[in-house]
Amino acid sequence: MAGTWGRFNVVALVLGFAFLYLPIVLLIIFSFNESRLVTVWAGFSTRWYGEMLNNRGLLDAAWVTARVAFLSATVATVLGTMAAVALTRYVRFRGRLLFSGMVFAPLVMPEVITGLSLLLLFVAIGFDRGFATVTLAHITFSMCFVAVVVQSRLISFDESLEEAAMDLGATPAKAFFQVTLPVIMPAVIAGWMLAFTLSLDDLVIASFTSGPGATTLPMKIYSQVRLGVTPEINAVCTILIGIVAIGVIITSLVNKRREVLRRREEATP
Amino acid sequence: MKSLGSTRRTFAPWADPDAKPFIRFENVSKRFGDFAAVDNLSLDIYEREFFALLGASGCGKTTLLRMLGGFERPTSGRILLDGQNMLGIPPHRRPVNMMFQSYALFPHMTVEGNIAFGLKQEGMPKAEIAERVQRMLKLVKLESFAKRKPHQLSGGQRQRVALARSLAKRPKVLLLDEPLGALDKKLREETQFELVDLQYELGLTFMVVTHDQEEAMTMADRIAVMDKGQVEQVAPPQEIYEAPASRFVADFVGSINMFEGTLIREAGGPQLKDRSGLAFDIADSGDASPGETAWLAVRPEKVRISRERPEVQNAIDGEVWDIAYFGDMTVYNVRLDDGRVVKASTINSLRRLEDALTWHDRAWISFSADAGVVLTR
Repeated sequence: MAGTWGRFNVVALVLGFAFLYLPIVLLIIFSFNESRLVTVWAGFSTRWYGEMLNNRGLLDAAWVTARVAFLSATVATVLGTMAAVALTRYVRFRGRLLFSGMVFAPLVMPEVITGLSLLLLFVAIGFDRGFATVTLAHITFSMCFVAVVVQSRLISFDESLEEAAMDLGATPAKAFFQVTLPVIMPAVIAGWMLAFTLSLDDLVIASFTSGPGATTLPMKIYSQVRLGVTPEINAVCTILIGIVAIGVIITSLVNKRREVLRRREEATP
Repeated sequence: MKSLGSTRRTFAPWADPDAKPFIRFENVSKRFGDFAAVDNLSLDIYEREFFALLGASGCGKTTLLRMLGGFERPTSGRILLDGQNMLGIPPHRRPVNMMFQSYALFPHMTVEGNIAFGLKQEGMPKAEIAERVQRMLKLVKLESFAKRKPHQLSGGQRQRVALARSLAKRPKVLLLDEPLGALDKKLREETQFELVDLQYELGLTFMVVTHDQEEAMTMADRIAVMDKGQVEQVAPPQEIYEAPASRFVADFVGSINMFEGTLIREAGGPQLKDRSGLAFDIADSGDASPGETAWLAVRPEKVRISRERPEVQNAIDGEVWDIAYFGDMTVYNVRLDDGRVVKASTINSLRRLEDALTWHDRAWISFSADAGVVLTR
């Protein structure tokens, strides 16, 4: 019943959330620790945030990550949206099942395999590893996530909208950009956010496909942690968590708004 | 029935052998795999005509409309519009506009934006677009709703926005796919007349798809009754109703009593002898020749019901089996002694009827020799 909280429910909820968020909360708390020792609390301080800003290596890695994430998310969104449109629209083309299977296979493909196969490809064609290869690799694995998100929206898209646009004189391309795309935009944005976040925190694939001068933040953190965790890393991670959290909140707000609008549209046929 | 003005009454280009058809379907077929949605269909539609395609769902009427709109490509055959072959011309270059069954209003645009959409594609100057949009809004009486989004409108208002949007470009032909399907009964009846008036005022050719026979009868100049991808009959509403060409049409439009029998020629004129030995006088034997199996189709309102045997040849007695009271009229189902049921309807012109027929009364049903139509298919 709504409003009546059984004791069992409360306990289950607290335990569940503790399991999920206790490590993260600890990390955030210790990022404000005065002490150099990660596990001993010595008072509140923002000192490590200052130190972090002076760490050239960390900042460079963060900048690389931001550029890779932005670029790969953008390209993956374009490609993923195109794939989703092709998969929903041209229902009867030959080999559609195979094509859709191939688009979605990377969703379940172990990252190690994706990373390794990409590495082999880059080596085979003599592509120097660096910023471009990481970006390409991230496009490859995140575009299928975008395709899934956009396709689920397109399935409920009333195709007569696009037909109406063409009927009124719009070329197929104009009909897509002026009618279809604005209507499915929330899903496209959600897909972009997802791709951006995936790229932001990828370690495995980046490790395989990156080269000198293109160390991403997760790679940097991972290598520093092997030499011992410093509060500085905690500070970096806290900021990352903040960025991801904001992304997730915006995405869910956009989705919620979209749902409300859609339900309102359907409620008054 | 339609408000037939004097100019309207004489509108019958299909009867004029010199008239040039405006839309012409020539042996058009459309197959989806093994299924023939439209099967070798030919049809002529004239300028300024209000033409209705009537049929059950799956009869191919929407496919036919979509082929004219350019959304489906005929498997074979030609479609001519104003003498021009439409084959291979994409929807955005056809001088026809369509009003979709779902209305297909663009949810992210205002009412104004929706109506202006087609005009913007043409590259019409801004001032002209604004003026045209105003005129369309006035036409459909939605001036005060210009800035609203589709989801802020009622069903009837959306229908009118869709209509205004499809009329804004002044198409040569307006295609309407179940235009009133989503409206409730009262609104539908009002809108029927509005559509007819609009079509007449604008002098456009309307081609409307509907499964609702009343809608087709009220609005159309001519109706094509479709079944299994083919046209069963094309005729004005009155002819469709009073002189159906086949049993399918007779049965699909309105309700009907059907007597199967053999045509015989007696001294007094042709008769239809049915399997239980009853012989009905018929005024016109139609296409049927003597000895042939034929069906006599009689509309319930042309069947009289009485307690006493009337002074006509075509009279059978039976038992009142069911009575359906509709207010304005009553339909009696009379069960004959061989188990067949005949429907007879009467107008309730009197508020109270002494000695009204009731369940299980014996009654006579009768009809005149010219009440029915003889059908051979």
